[in-house]
Parts: sequence; C-alpha cells; structure tokens
Amino acid sequence: MAEEVLLFSTWFSIYGRRVEMALKLKGIEYKFIEEDLTNKSPSLLKYNPVHKKVPVLVHNGKPVAESLVILEYIDETWKNHPILPKHPYERANTRFWAKFIDEKCWPAILQACWGKDQKEREKAAEELSKLLQFLENELKGKRFFGGETIGLLDIAGNTIGYWLGVFEEAAGVSELLTREKFPKLFNWVNEWLSVSAIKENLPPRDKHVAFMRLNGQGFWDDYNASK
Amino acid sequence: MAKNDVKVLGAWPSTFVMRPRIALNIKSVNYEFLEETFGSKSELLLQSNPVHKKIPVLIHGDKPICESMIIVEYIDEVWTSGPSILPSDPYDRAIQRFWAAYVDEKWFAAMRGLRIAQGEERKAFLDQVTEGLALLEEAFGKCSKGKAFFGGDRIGLLDIAFGSLLGWLRVTEKVGKVKLLDEAKTPGLVKWAESFCADAAVKSIMPETEKLIEFSKLLMAQMKGAPPPKN
Repeated sequence: MAEEVLLFSTWFSIYGRRVEMALKLKGIEYKFIEEDLTNKSPSLLKYNPVHKKVPVLVHNGKPVAESLVILEYIDETWKNHPILPKHPYERANTRFWAKFIDEKCWPAILQACWGKDQKEREKAAEELSKLLQFLENELKGKRFFGGETIGLLDIAGNTIGYWLGVFEEAAGVSELLTREKFPKLFNWVNEWLSVSAIKENLPPRDKHVAFMRLNGQGFWDDYNASK
Repeated sequence: MAKNDVKVLGAWPSTFVMRPRIALNIKSVNYEFLEETFGSKSELLLQSNPVHKKIPVLIHGDKPICESMIIVEYIDEVWTSGPSILPSDPYDRAIQRFWAAYVDEKWFAAMRGLRIAQGEERKAFLDQVTEGLALLEEAFGKCSKGKAFFGGDRIGLLDIAFGSLLGWLRVTEKVGKVKLLDEAKTPGLVKWAESFCADAAVKSIMPETEKLIEFSKLLMAQMKGAPPPKN
C-alpha cells in the first residue's frame, strides 16, 4: 500500500521537531508542510479543528494531534527503533517524565526568561533548578534517558537539550544547565546533540535566537492567558 | 494476586483517584484503598510521589506509579488477561489518548472555573464547558460507532478519563442550577453517562452527588488556604 505521511508544523515548533526526530529515527519518509500560524491553512484547520495547532501528523489521510500522542502513534505503527521501553513500569516512568517536562519545565523556562520582572524571573529560575535536579537524578548513570539509544523521553527532552539554551540566550538570562550544577544532564546534552536524528532536526540556532528575541514575551503571555 | 500487593493512595471524592480504581475493577484486581486525610499528606504519599505530592498513586509491589491516566495505561499493560482498556489499533488508541488529554487539559479547567467563578467570568466558563460537550458528543458518535461506550461494547480509556468527571458534573448542574448534559443537545452523552455510572466497574465507587455537594462546601472553605491534594 502506498504510504502517505504528512507533517503540518513550523520550523520553530518545539513539538513539531519532536515528531520529526521520531520520523527520522525510524527512517519514515514524510512531507513537511510549513504553516504560517498567523494565517492557518484550511488543511490544518480541517485536520486539527479542536486545537487548531501544530504539529499534526496525517497518516494516509488520518490526522493525529498532540506531540506525545503522535510519538506513541509513530512508535506503535512503525516498530523499528522502538522509542518506548518494553516493561510497563519503565513505560509509565517514561510517560511520567515526558509529562513533567511539558507541564512543569516548559512554563518554568518561559517564566524564567520572560517573567514580568527580575524577581519573578529569578523565582522561576529557582523552581526550574529544582525541576532540572529531578531530571538529573533520573538520568542516573545512563547515556540517554532511553538507555544506550535515544527514546521518547530523550525526544521530549528537546525542551531541555536545546530550547532551554536558545530561550536563555534570546532573553539574555544566565544559563542554568551548567556542567557544575548538573553534570549528568550537561553530559546528556552533548551526547544528545551528537545523534543525527536529533542534530539534523533542530532549528538553525541564530535564526531561532533572533526569532525568540522578538516573540518570547508573546509565548509567555499566550501561555499565561491559556491557564 | 494478594490484596496488599496493589495499593491505591487516594480520596473518595477525587475524580482522578477514581480512574485507577475503575481500571483495577475492570481487570478484577483486588487492591487496598488507602485514603488520605483531607487537608494533610501522609508520609507514604510524600515518599511515593515526591515530585508532585498528589493523589492518586498506585503502589504495585514496592513500585509507585503516578499521574492518573499514566496509571490507567500501566494497569492495562500489566494485567493483560483482563478486558483491554485501550483498543488494539494504533489510530484508535491515538484518538482515545487525544480526547483524554483534551478532557484533562481543556475541559477540566473550564469545569473547575465554572464551579468557582461568578458573573461574566462564569458565563465565559459555561460557554467553554458547553462547547467542549458539543465536541465530546461528536467524538462519542465517532468512537462508539453505535455502541454504549467510547470504547465500544466495554468501558475504555476515554470513558474512564471523561466518566470520572461525571460526579462533579452533576454537582455543578445541581448547585449551579444549570443543565450541562442535555437530551436535546447531547443525547449520546446523556445515554452514555447512564451506562457508565451503572457499569459494575464504576457503580460502587462513583460518589453520590449529595455527598460530593457536602464535601464541596469543605473544599470551598479550604480553598481560601492551601489547595486540596488532587491530580
């Protein structure tokens, strides 16, 4: 059967890049459709009427939305290079930390970068440090969260592995993830960046930093408004 | 399976705590229900869920599993001899997970807002809740394919995610004097709600509306201080 995989996303979408990492890791061919979020395409609105957001994966005409849902769908459909562990307890653990990154780390990063005043930003940075410590402990002696090869949590970890640094640079705040404070996580970032499915699927850094300088405040304001 | 091998840390009024209990009931797994005292957190809870310090927590053997829908998927993956909670087809699974995430991230927040807010703000939340129910009614039509549940003939992941909110939905309807599930607008969901609440896996643990109303008065009073343990 002819397989058609479409991905509606943007070059800067943190969640869309996760999907691309998984597709590339598994060697799945797909067509990338760059969305202009200020002028969403009729296709995007058709495929994700509930949230009207990217990314959306469309597999043989059937849409899947929400990055973590898409990652699990990809893993269940294309069984090579599995990104979830086999054992139910480890699967639950992987899902737990992926959710942790999205629900706790992401808003803390946004607030540490674009909180309304220095006091609020510093408080968020303290909170983020505590959150990073949890992830530092979770790594233990492993090369990746997924073990010897990258898994779902490494992919969802793009928030920490790359986006955190870009946002800090764009906002002009100091780097939190240093070798001194988080040696294991720091090491993980270097290992992570060396994986081709990861490094070939990151936005161009300078362009991304410039983009976030302009849009970072808006990201935080939008996040706040949605809660 | 020995009863004390499986424990659920929780509280009877909690929507989220209901979820793993329903899942364990579907699988006919005996478990010990350890109830937290309202307003305080036990040592066991703090040790088992140091990250969020919230209920529910499933303790299987000596391993804690946290986050209600993650626990439900864990239960489905461990006890494979019981009826399946997730469908087998990857696309159907994605649809169930999508809507479960929608319920938790969007609809639940609107419901909570509706319970607390006043005036214009309340009207805005009511609109969000009603719009959400219209979406869920449509999703029900597609997922159930004419059967009783989102999961088909039997309760599945999305039934658990959404159905666990029915207790508090009824409270909001009664106390707020507003009809949310409506034979005219959401006929599918009205029937589904009856089937869900009558199901053997749900019946004994769905809290009575009157008891929840009493409890909600306690909650309102406490909300002036620290938020209650809930996830």
